[in-house]
Amino acid sequence: MKNDYRARNHPAWWAFLVHRLSGLALSLFLPFHFWALGQAFQGEARLDTLLRWTEQPLVKFAETGLVLLLAAHLTGGLRLLVLEFLPWRGWQKTLLAWAAGAALAAGLAFALVL
Amino acid sequence: MKMLHVSVWRGGAGGEYRSYEVPRQESQSVLDVVTYIQRNIDPTLSYRFACRVGMCGACAMTVNGVARWTCRTHVAKVVKDDAIQIAPLANFPVVKDLVTDMREFFDKWARARGQFVPCATRRDAFAQVAADSPGRVAANAGIECIGCGVCYASCDVVSWNPDYLGPAALNRAWTLVNDVRDGARRERLAAVAGDAGCHACHTHLSCSERCPKDITPTASIAGLKRAVAVAALKGEL
Repeated sequence: MKNDYRARNHPAWWAFLVHRLSGLALSLFLPFHFWALGQAFQGEARLDTLLRWTEQPLVKFAETGLVLLLAAHLTGGLRLLVLEFLPWRGWQKTLLAWAAGAALAAGLAFALVL
Repeated sequence: MKMLHVSVWRGGAGGEYRSYEVPRQESQSVLDVVTYIQRNIDPTLSYRFACRVGMCGACAMTVNGVARWTCRTHVAKVVKDDAIQIAPLANFPVVKDLVTDMREFFDKWARARGQFVPCATRRDAFAQVAADSPGRVAANAGIECIGCGVCYASCDVVSWNPDYLGPAALNRAWTLVNDVRDGARRERLAAVAGDAGCHACHTHLSCSERCPKDITPTASIAGLKRAVAVAALKGEL
């Protein structure tokens, strides 16, 4: 018998899922990011056109999601490094809360300065 | 009398759930429920238990999808709408009904070099290990394992890679790596350093979340990862 999905319903497993899915989503965005940077090779005007396009409210809103993904992946990765390299017992959920809190704060900060 | 609707796995791997009605009692454990069914409704129900007080690790089962020691799990803690579902532990071959084959689980303890290898003889003095020494403290944190298999059943990596040694075997190896009286540290680190060893852990922490003895095998596995890395850098592996 394989593991039941109900066995996975605990904070650390959700943290794993967030880390994995944010990583996958960022890897999907990465080619677009490089393509956008590559526009600079086509000249200043081309890049400026693209940057103006990113000023649209909907794109800005999507950027907040991107920042949230980045922050979640970063703090999730730092959490893993702490778990792997520091001697710890019993405070893994506190660490998880810090990671989630920091990620949300980063996303919120970006959203508020829009 | 208030009744409990119990769904119990019957048969081998290709079995199915069968329903039973069990009288609800105060302070009733899940093991009490299974025992009631076997003694009053269907004597062919197979399950395993021994001590009934959380010491032997024999009675672990999957209760409402989560691996638990059934003798210390109150029905009140897990019941939903007067119903519970009881299945054999995940990641173990099912022998019959709620009984699983634990051989591979314990063979992996042996493969992780879970045996203590003394490096002194009977003519040597007793080893004196200070209670607050770092090794003793690290070993103490994992030493209370009762081998119930709850961590192994909860581990996704075991599901994905059947060769993975699993949290219990690696936790055992970590307690011995920290035992100053042990003489097989290098061999043990080599045994847990492979593809199916400590580095396969994805840090889901399911083992630590579910361990009924509140052990954190994930911390033990992380300790093994560090010890293996240091040994590899020193050229010992």
